[in-house]
Amino acid sequence: MDFNGSDTIPGPRAEDHLPHTTTAAAKIVIVGGFGVGKTTMVGSVSEIRPLTTEETMTQAGIGVDDNYGSETKTATTVAMDFGRIRITEQVVLYLFGTPGQERFWFLWNGLFEGALGAVVLVDTRRIEVSFEVMGRLEEGGVPFVVAVNTFPDGPRYPLDDLRAALDLPPEIPIVECDVRRRASSRDVLMTLMRFLHSLALSRSLT
Amino acid sequence: MTPPQRRRRQPLPQPPAPPPPVPRSAPSPADGQEGTEGEGKNPERLYIITCADGERAPVDLVTLIVARAEAPSSATPEQTAVLRMCAAPLSVAEISAYLRLPFSVVTVLLTEMLAAELVQARAPIVRQQLPDRSLLEAVMHGLQRL
Repeated sequence: MDFNGSDTIPGPRAEDHLPHTTTAAAKIVIVGGFGVGKTTMVGSVSEIRPLTTEETMTQAGIGVDDNYGSETKTATTVAMDFGRIRITEQVVLYLFGTPGQERFWFLWNGLFEGALGAVVLVDTRRIEVSFEVMGRLEEGGVPFVVAVNTFPDGPRYPLDDLRAALDLPPEIPIVECDVRRRASSRDVLMTLMRFLHSLALSRSLT
Repeated sequence: MTPPQRRRRQPLPQPPAPPPPVPRSAPSPADGQEGTEGEGKNPERLYIITCADGERAPVDLVTLIVARAEAPSSATPEQTAVLRMCAAPLSVAEISAYLRLPFSVVTVLLTEMLAAELVQARAPIVRQQLPDRSLLEAVMHGLQRL
């Protein structure tokens, strides 16, 4: 704990306070492999300086049979960067940039449950990194869109080829983006929102 | 050059919703009614603080916490810090970030503070089977302003 003196008590800057009228928050998850640009994307659209929350697991290796029943405890820490966008006087939207590795799912199993939807950020240099997380989202019924972050040194595939490689159904949007640019990141979020909106429309008709 | 190939997966049957928590001292919940109770498809979380020993309040990363009291003289430094930063609504994720404490630790801290009525929790908007279109429209409108 590093906040002994009262002048060093942590907290948001005055300009980062949410209005008292804020009644509820929603969340969106940005998932992808290490170095794909999740944090950059969060930072480019967030109204606050991105923050980091973490979760620590101290139980002996969940999913690791060798450790089962042993006294040794392994501490696993997974950090997530997140940002925030005020939507209305009542509603605020949080964006969580989350790693795609499997060990992560044990720690944050509630994260995707309530999320409005997810953005799967794909790096064409390692598209297979996103396979597992996409499968998990499908299994969990979490709606998602795919955004291909364009790296200068990455291979360029036509989006149709990527759609085929990712086995994406035709209704799921796939877009290219440059997460360093706010407008581009915002467009990805808009794509997700339009997709969720179309789902809402089609479900209300059935 | 062709990219590696994935195969899509199907949604798994979702586990049944856990029964709502019941305060230990409360009379047993309407015996014989549970057939109707569990089938309502309302995914809203109920924020009932049961405070069974060791049980954590069901706070989400984006549950908003608001202070509702001054720090009592018995408050720990962490509680004092939470009360100060939650003068305006603040998400649990932000509290965790500012305190540099893991989410689960903050959850325990907030469970105590909710039970002591030092803070209030505002439940998050969660994904529903039928998404709320007016909410999505508001979000799109908000994003457009960025």
